[in-house]
Amino acid sequence: MNKAIITVVGKDQVGIIAKVCTYLADAKINILDISQTILQGYFNMMMIVDVTECENDFANIAETLEQLGQEIGVNIKLQHEDIFNKMHRL
Amino acid sequence: MINVFEVAETNKMIEQENLDVRTITIGISLLDCIDSNIDVLCDNIHTKILSTAKNLVSTGNDIEKKYGIPIVNKRVSVTPIAIVGSSACHKSEDFVKIAKTLDRCAKEIGVNFIGGYSAIVSKGMTKADKLLIESIPQALKETEFVCSSVNVGSTKTGLNMDAVKLIGEMIKETAEQTKENDSIGCAKFVVFCNAPDDNPFMAGAFHGVSEADAIINVGVSGPGVVRNAIKNAKGKDFGELCEIIKKTAFKITRVGQLVALEASKALDIPFGIIDLSLAPTPAIGDSIADCLQEMGLERVGAPGTTAALAILNDQVKKGGVMASSYVGGLSGAFIPVSEDQGMIDAVEMGALTLEKLEAMTCVCSVGLDMIAIPGSTSAKTLSGIIADEMAIGMINQKTTAVRIIPVIGKDVGETVEFGGLLGYAPIMPVNTFSCDEFIDRGGRIPAPIHSFKN
Repeated sequence: MNKAIITVVGKDQVGIIAKVCTYLADAKINILDISQTILQGYFNMMMIVDVTECENDFANIAETLEQLGQEIGVNIKLQHEDIFNKMHRL
Repeated sequence: MINVFEVAETNKMIEQENLDVRTITIGISLLDCIDSNIDVLCDNIHTKILSTAKNLVSTGNDIEKKYGIPIVNKRVSVTPIAIVGSSACHKSEDFVKIAKTLDRCAKEIGVNFIGGYSAIVSKGMTKADKLLIESIPQALKETEFVCSSVNVGSTKTGLNMDAVKLIGEMIKETAEQTKENDSIGCAKFVVFCNAPDDNPFMAGAFHGVSEADAIINVGVSGPGVVRNAIKNAKGKDFGELCEIIKKTAFKITRVGQLVALEASKALDIPFGIIDLSLAPTPAIGDSIADCLQEMGLERVGAPGTTAALAILNDQVKKGGVMASSYVGGLSGAFIPVSEDQGMIDAVEMGALTLEKLEAMTCVCSVGLDMIAIPGSTSAKTLSGIIADEMAIGMINQKTTAVRIIPVIGKDVGETVEFGGLLGYAPIMPVNTFSCDEFIDRGGRIPAPIHSFKN
């Protein structure tokens, strides 16, 4: 399994999750976990996804999500989960 | 499982606190390129560097995208050229030819610096070492990406004062040769005592002879992250302050370790070391001075500065060592003046002097770094400044260095602009009393007594 973290940060509005999930479904990216919170007044969503089945390469998915974020008006990032595991887990 | 707060913390470090991997540096041995014909030698060097490092930049970019963390520099260091060129170079122009070859390699693979135009002369100079040192002004003038360094002493050997004298003259000549560009040639040269073989940072990176054929060394950084952590410890005692710096250094270094292993796998080159140095940039907030001031100093340079820097340096090492399987290079806090907005401000305000900077180098890596001084400073005075700094390294069994720029045509009160990562600097006053007779003695300063421990 090739796990990555998607973060969506920005002003809350209708349809953020729907738009992100539609793209993920089309790209064959499986969502394993979703959590969201309001941090310092901003909508903060984190998804743990599995990109194993996705045919696009990692950089390409990251770029598409970033563009999608610009269309919606939020900041979307895709990062491999290892950076978080290494930093926060012994 | 990772939670949303941890993800937010990491991304805040990257987006708001300038956390980055400062450099991936491939060290490449050029020993197998050696030939007595200069043209064959240059061809061999070109072929070796290109075949080893051609994918460095694209690999760095891929890792950057995968983890969403900037990798600021991709660089190459090579075996000290004084060794590589010793059989082929009979005049200093021959060495310049090698410098130009290195420059061409850097351009072709897209790295922003190539280090190793170097000589190791801690005890004595070979004919080639001397030729290389004499060729440095021309080499730095005629190349764009080449960085140069000379190691003039060590705790085991003492100080080679003949070399110190020669280098004072050479720095002055380099400043003259590049005076149209504010003597920028001097910003690409550093003189060392106890130079490490595996340093990934410029201008002092070279690939020591104790190293493997090729190796990946990574330098992490994050003064902005450390500064914010210290901010959260306001009013806490030193025990708690140290804990916070240590934990932050651990987190930063783990990212470096991840990137190093990933690069090593992708390039099929063994992982060497992580250099734990906290390195500032001219960006606001990415400053070592700010870290020290956040501890409770009004300005860096105030009484207490050396103690604050000692804490920072030691805690960064303590946190970093556990986060990486191999630690090396310089590993400490850098205190360059021109590359750190907080340092620049302190100098302009009169809070920070050359003498205080010298004291600070006793407790941190590396030394007097990126300091602009009047162009009228004599070669002997430069040698005197270098000798002082080298003596600190020799006696305290640590690496020390001097990267100083006598800016031709400028004096105290003026500033000099180097551009990019090298930043800008106010010209600092230098003690003008003479050390000419001392420097003119020549010979070597013997090794200090604690080199006979074994």
